[in-house]
Amino acid sequence: MLKQCEGSHAVAASVSLCRPEVICAYPISPQTHIVEGLSEMVRDGTLLNCEFINVESEFAAMSVAIGSSAAGARTYTATASQGLLFMAEAVWNASGLGLPIVMTVANRAIGAPINIWNDHTDSMSMRDSGWIQLFAENNQEAADLHIQAFRLAEAVSLPVMVCMDGFILTHAYEGVDIPTHEQVDAYLPPYEPRQVLDPGEPVSIGAMVGPEAFTEVRYLAHAKQMQALELIPQLASEFKQVFGRESGGLVHGYRLEDAEIAVVALGSVLGTIKDTVDELRKEGHRIGVLGITSYRPFPLTAIRDALQHVSRIIVVEKCFAVGLGGIVSRDVRMALRNLPMPVYDVIAGLGGRAITQASLRKLFLDGINDKLEQVTFLDLDWKAVNRQLERERATRRSGPIAENLLRDLGVVAARVG
Amino acid sequence: MSVTAIKFYQTGTHTVGNRLLDPSQRSVQADMRRTNSLNSGHRACQGCGEALGARYAIDAAMTATDNQLIAANATGCLEVFSTPYPETSWQIPWIHSLFGNAAAVATGIAAALRVKGRSEVRVIAQGGDGGTTDIGFGCLSGMFERNDDVLYICYDNEAYMNTGVQRSSATPGAARTATTPAVGKAPGNVFGQGKSVPLIAMAHEIPYVATAIVSELRDLEAKVKRAMEFRGARYIHVFVPCPLGWGTASNDTIRIARLAKETGVFPVIEAENGEVVAVSKIRKQLPVEEYLRPQKRFAHLFSPQPRLDVIGHIQALADRNIRRFGLVDEGAK
Ligand SMILES: Cc1ncc(C[n+]2csc(CCOP(=O)(O)OP(=O)(O)O)c2C)c(N)n1
Ligand code: SF4
Repeated sequence: MLKQCEGSHAVAASVSLCRPEVICAYPISPQTHIVEGLSEMVRDGTLLNCEFINVESEFAAMSVAIGSSAAGARTYTATASQGLLFMAEAVWNASGLGLPIVMTVANRAIGAPINIWNDHTDSMSMRDSGWIQLFAENNQEAADLHIQAFRLAEAVSLPVMVCMDGFILTHAYEGVDIPTHEQVDAYLPPYEPRQVLDPGEPVSIGAMVGPEAFTEVRYLAHAKQMQALELIPQLASEFKQVFGRESGGLVHGYRLEDAEIAVVALGSVLGTIKDTVDELRKEGHRIGVLGITSYRPFPLTAIRDALQHVSRIIVVEKCFAVGLGGIVSRDVRMALRNLPMPVYDVIAGLGGRAITQASLRKLFLDGINDKLEQVTFLDLDWKAVNRQLERERATRRSGPIAENLLRDLGVVAARVG
Repeated sequence: MSVTAIKFYQTGTHTVGNRLLDPSQRSVQADMRRTNSLNSGHRACQGCGEALGARYAIDAAMTATDNQLIAANATGCLEVFSTPYPETSWQIPWIHSLFGNAAAVATGIAAALRVKGRSEVRVIAQGGDGGTTDIGFGCLSGMFERNDDVLYICYDNEAYMNTGVQRSSATPGAARTATTPAVGKAPGNVFGQGKSVPLIAMAHEIPYVATAIVSELRDLEAKVKRAMEFRGARYIHVFVPCPLGWGTASNDTIRIARLAKETGVFPVIEAENGEVVAVSKIRKQLPVEEYLRPQKRFAHLFSPQPRLDVIGHIQALADRNIRRFGLVDEGAK
């Protein structure tokens, strides 16, 4: 049923249709509305046979999820940013133990300086944790990906992170087609754990593993992700059969067929990128887009197939490996190894800075005219940055960068000593 | 006519008396069907108090729950010595996740059992003093505060043994550890730090809190059994000497534990809903020196010069325990 609702509520509704049995979460913006919605459903009986556990931290939230999943309950949690980092140790543990927990990450920047707005740094920091990571482009996809996520997680016994842009998606009202229980039940069978804590058949989970087997265990974790790589497109096509719409999959091409230049991105910025590309197309530029839905496992072959014919690639990413450059662009380069086209890193939208069509248009035109630097920080205020760098050179001292910048920009009534 | 004094046999393991008892009175250890949830062949040091305490605690819990038990374990000696892959000593469903989250993992298991309607299956969480009083403290307090249906058992060997005997917040004042060396003006761990988790647990007003000691295994068993009669959060703090970390002889574990109790260093108590309901009285009060002297971690208190001031401080703390919990009957001294 098409419903005009907030992204968070669409996700909460979709998660509830998956019949989770244990939900445990700790509040953090911009994830809060999702778990508030679910707690209400548990309270008012809309979501039957489900325990909602309020905990004292994200570390506890993921730990409770580990326990309940290991004991055979379908388990869900959600977090963002500092919360994801606070639960990091347990995040790795959940995937190491092969527990099919589903978690929404309402993507948000990581401080300091503290910043509640959207970028992808949080989930990217967990990209090697062994979790599957799916990125939603819009609220419909966010809702749909959760249904696929439970199916996928339970099929390969791995946890799945569904990443959706904080505020931009979580707090946006859009029409979302919320499926029926019958549809979801037809697609998602009840959870049958592979290995469960049960006095009837005792097992030890989480034993200590030494050098003689650890490499094998890690290889098998990789092999499971490779299975997921096969499964994700299958699940997306089955999803289409049951729900009648395209959602999920590994990657999505847009106007790529005859493109000379391709823009690669993840998440909600794809909408703005596509609109900009439409305009440039009207002007005769052969430009196309590749959206990546499955970031882990990383679909090397699908990306290579989709991009091998283009001559230049711009990766627009809302994350940044400090001391190196782009994160996603490294992975894209790996997909294209031995192919001649250059790949440009564009770091954009950090901490929620708007990525405007005007900026993108200029960026893409620079790309088309072969005028791009290897690494571009979209809309970077060079004046402010250079002033701070000069100040540091002059005083040979570093200081609180953000505060100095803000003072220069006249943004804050800071106490200036 | 002269009368031959009849020897008194304590009823317990390997003693004659136990066989003569009514089966319901016998200790778990002497029962043919003893569950042995933690199998022999694990890799604990000889004389490990933690291995002993855990085996008795879990066996008692198994009996009390008719084997319907799941355990979550924190990282630490107990976890490492019992599960070197691909071997495991656990005969019960058992999970180890992390150092700091045993209580929360147990909460998750309890939640899963609740939705599955399996109220007969009970949950135990266990950890060392480090996993309990320090890194896992937040999760533990959360579990208490929500009154989750979990029995948490802390095996207190008064330091981080698994990483090589470093100080924890349960390490007593003056004790030498790898991070509180026996050098300087005030050698060993400083006084006045650390926390009593049993008292903190009581402050959460959870249904049941107890302390126990491996020299009184029947008492430990009885407390585990009692704990299993309650629903909600329960906590048992077991004093488990560690021959390796304390520098004591492997065959002295029980003696050292007994001395800790008889000197008042470790009070053995029981509380319900935040109120002390029973204490295990000291039979023959001994000076703390008797407890300290056999342990290398306190050796610097006796040589080169005896540190009477420090020993006096430890005695004062023991005396406070005795006063606070009424551990010595008037006139018993
Ligand atoms: C987050 C984290 N920090 C540190 C460690 C290292 N570590 C493992 S066991 C342990 C000490 C365990 O001490 P305790 O809980 O007292 O148990 P014991 O080994 O003494 O029985 C430490 C510090 C860890 N595993 N995880
Ligand atoms: S170090 Fe101590 S606690 Fe650890 S196994 Fe040895 S005796 Fe037991």
